[in-house]
Amino acid sequence: MRRQAPLALLGCALLLVGCGGSDGRSSTLTVFTAASLTDVFAQLGEELEEQRPGLDVRFTVAGSSTLAAQLVQGAPADVFASADERQMAVVTDEGLADDPTVFAANVLTIAVPEGNPAGVTGLADLAREELAVALCAPEVPCGAAAERLLVTAGVEARPDTFEADARAALTKVELGEVDAALVYVTDAAGRPDAVDAVEIPQADAAVNEYSVAVLTDAPDPDAARAFVELLLSADGRRLLADAGFRQP
Amino acid sequence: MSLAAQVRVQRGMLHVELDVEVADGEVLAVLGPNGAGKSTLIRVLAGLLAPDAGRVEVDGVPWDDVARSVHLAPHRRPLGMVFQDALLFPHLSVADNVAFGLRTRGTARAAARAAAERWLARVELDGLGGRRPAELSGGQAQRAALARALVGDPALLLLDEPLSALDARTRLTVRAVLRRHLAAFAGSTVLVTHDPVDAMALADRVVVVEEGRVVQAGTPVEVSRRPRTDYVARLVGLSLLPGTGKGRSVRLDGGGEVAVADEVAGPVFAAVRPETVALYLARPEGSPRNVWPLRLAGAVPHGTTVRCELEGAVPLVADVTATAFAELGLAPGAEVWAAVKASEVAVYAR
Amino acid sequence: MSRRDGERTGAGVPLPLMVPAALAVAFLVLPLAGLLVRAPWSGLGAQLTAPGVGSALRLSLVSATAATAVSLVLGVPLAWVLARSRIRGRAVLRALVTVPLVLPPVVGGVALFLVLGRQGVVGSWLDETFGVTIPFTTTAVVIAQTFVAMPFLVVSVEGALRAADARFEDVAATLGADRWTTFRRVTLPMVAPGVAAGAVLCWARALGEFGATITFAGNFPGTTQTMPVAVYLALQREPEAAVALSLVLLAVSLATLLLLRDRWLGRAAA
Repeated sequence: MRRQAPLALLGCALLLVGCGGSDGRSSTLTVFTAASLTDVFAQLGEELEEQRPGLDVRFTVAGSSTLAAQLVQGAPADVFASADERQMAVVTDEGLADDPTVFAANVLTIAVPEGNPAGVTGLADLAREELAVALCAPEVPCGAAAERLLVTAGVEARPDTFEADARAALTKVELGEVDAALVYVTDAAGRPDAVDAVEIPQADAAVNEYSVAVLTDAPDPDAARAFVELLLSADGRRLLADAGFRQP
Repeated sequence: MSLAAQVRVQRGMLHVELDVEVADGEVLAVLGPNGAGKSTLIRVLAGLLAPDAGRVEVDGVPWDDVARSVHLAPHRRPLGMVFQDALLFPHLSVADNVAFGLRTRGTARAAARAAAERWLARVELDGLGGRRPAELSGGQAQRAALARALVGDPALLLLDEPLSALDARTRLTVRAVLRRHLAAFAGSTVLVTHDPVDAMALADRVVVVEEGRVVQAGTPVEVSRRPRTDYVARLVGLSLLPGTGKGRSVRLDGGGEVAVADEVAGPVFAAVRPETVALYLARPEGSPRNVWPLRLAGAVPHGTTVRCELEGAVPLVADVTATAFAELGLAPGAEVWAAVKASEVAVYAR
Repeated sequence: MSRRDGERTGAGVPLPLMVPAALAVAFLVLPLAGLLVRAPWSGLGAQLTAPGVGSALRLSLVSATAATAVSLVLGVPLAWVLARSRIRGRAVLRALVTVPLVLPPVVGGVALFLVLGRQGVVGSWLDETFGVTIPFTTTAVVIAQTFVAMPFLVVSVEGALRAADARFEDVAATLGADRWTTFRRVTLPMVAPGVAAGAVLCWARALGEFGATITFAGNFPGTTQTMPVAVYLALQREPEAAVALSLVLLAVSLATLLLLRDRWLGRAAA
């Protein structure tokens, strides 16, 4: 008997996992979302759960390119929100979604440590050799945007590091290890206690557009459409604006 | 001069309380069963273990003096030590092993190398200096270890069961080498062993240790003649008779002659265990080639046997049963015939 | 008949060991095989001659080797202290120095900032006194890799020291060797195979280090962009390029390890 106990436990565990999803009355909505949307989407998710009792909204948060790659590899999801039109194109090209909607835009700002100890006033300061400067790597969307912006402004920046994403760049500002970093307005707005933002007049030269789509094979297309509608509603727009996003 | 040590150490349940003194050129055997505290003593003498109390003094220099907080680190003690397993450094050549102590004490490389080669020749390992320790036999390795311990001309030589890891044949040859070098060694030697033959063959004096204390001390002959406890009696009854071998016979230095089973030559010990000696009131008839008329010098009962000390041309110790002793009606001063089979006599080179 | 066949095919390995062992091999090797299958062989030449690949590879090899050297100089003595000394709190010390084994490397990178960063306890002093800043330099890469990889060396060498016969150290002491001489001339040569194995593990771990490096040293081509960082960033835009870079890293590390095995570990074991 004793020898069978672990086996029995294992059986129970498998049963629990197997049966959890088959309960007809509750359902799960899976949203793949770019990291910068985390806070806004969490509030929208709660709202949708209130409107639809029994619905459980879950988020998979990562960089847009990682999410797109996972979807192409067959990850099950209902909604994909991308911070980068190129990554949305990867998903639509595979026929996994159609008809994406652009719902928000984001521009870059210069994040500096609280109090702006290096006295950064604009893009030109990023060329100062004595400053430690972080940009996003050109491989990721915020880096590509930074490149466009700097070219347009005619500034030859002297970065010390190309960070893997905007959050990593922001972390280095927070730690005081860099004097300035080019990040999204929303990233800086998310940490008002830790970093200050220096507005960039030329910011419009590099606008990043956020798009959302219901996936073709969505397990719960009904709830997926409801989520997108909520995002595009006045409520959604207000939450996005509060977080620092622009209207497209 | 020489070694004087009072050692007090608590090791788990064992309380070691041993006082030893060894003169220059003298060999002291510390004999006792496993766990008696012998190894603890030798580790304290080497400085590898600090005593809880007492002092160790060599040639007037205090190596340990607990009362005065003196503890000389082992590497500052001019000593040589041979361990049970030769423990030659496996990554060094045999010659480098022997030269190791000279190099650490500041001798130049070439001089150390030359001294090592000289010592290898003395322990009959000429030409093997370039080998790795793994390429030596057990006996060769232990001889190399002896050379390594002696090469620095230490004030104190410590031998920790130097022969007990060797097989019986090898033990004989290494014991002979050891004996020769101990005779020539000017410093003090402490030999720790549980084998009475080693003690009898190599030592000038023996202390028998049981449970951390000396139960008997004296010359090997004294200890084997008059064992003070049953343990000592069992352990050291052996009679070691020095003589010169020729053919199947050993002519004893004391005058008698002992027949042995195998051909022998040169200086040897003939060793007779007390339980192999039979006593008769009249000369026995028949096969034994070794029959000697002796006189009973003393008798001490131990358990069911009586230890008889015999004097004469071939001084022996015999164990007879209490019943036999009574039947023979022996009393000190009595004349008896002692017989030993030639096959029961062991022979050791010396 | 069948029994004999079974023994021959199994080469003397009992079935209960053979099956899990075979599964383990499959589990470890198949992903690598997957990389090989998915590799963009036709475009490989272009991928590998792309700017930055050579410098990333060179930086990886140099920094991993430097991190291994630092780990040897500091880690072997530490292993000795853990294995041989009788200092108090040794168990706690051992647990502490192996923490980087379980710490997520990214957290390790942040921790390094807090000490060696511009605002860090030591880093700010270095900055004010010598005008030296460590983050975003090749030095930072080596430090991050050392932080993560040295415990592998320490654990490995400590194990070798514990397995080594300490009586040889007693012998050396009776031959006039102080503890430092004993360590140099007796202990270290005797545990050389363990040190070599530890160094190889340490080097391999340093070579693959990503999290602590990208956090503490950042990413700048030629100075701080190591191969794993380059692979990660390539993955963001061009998965094929990432696979190609991984293959290079794989090939170089395999070649190095095989070479070392023959030249160094092989001799030490013999």
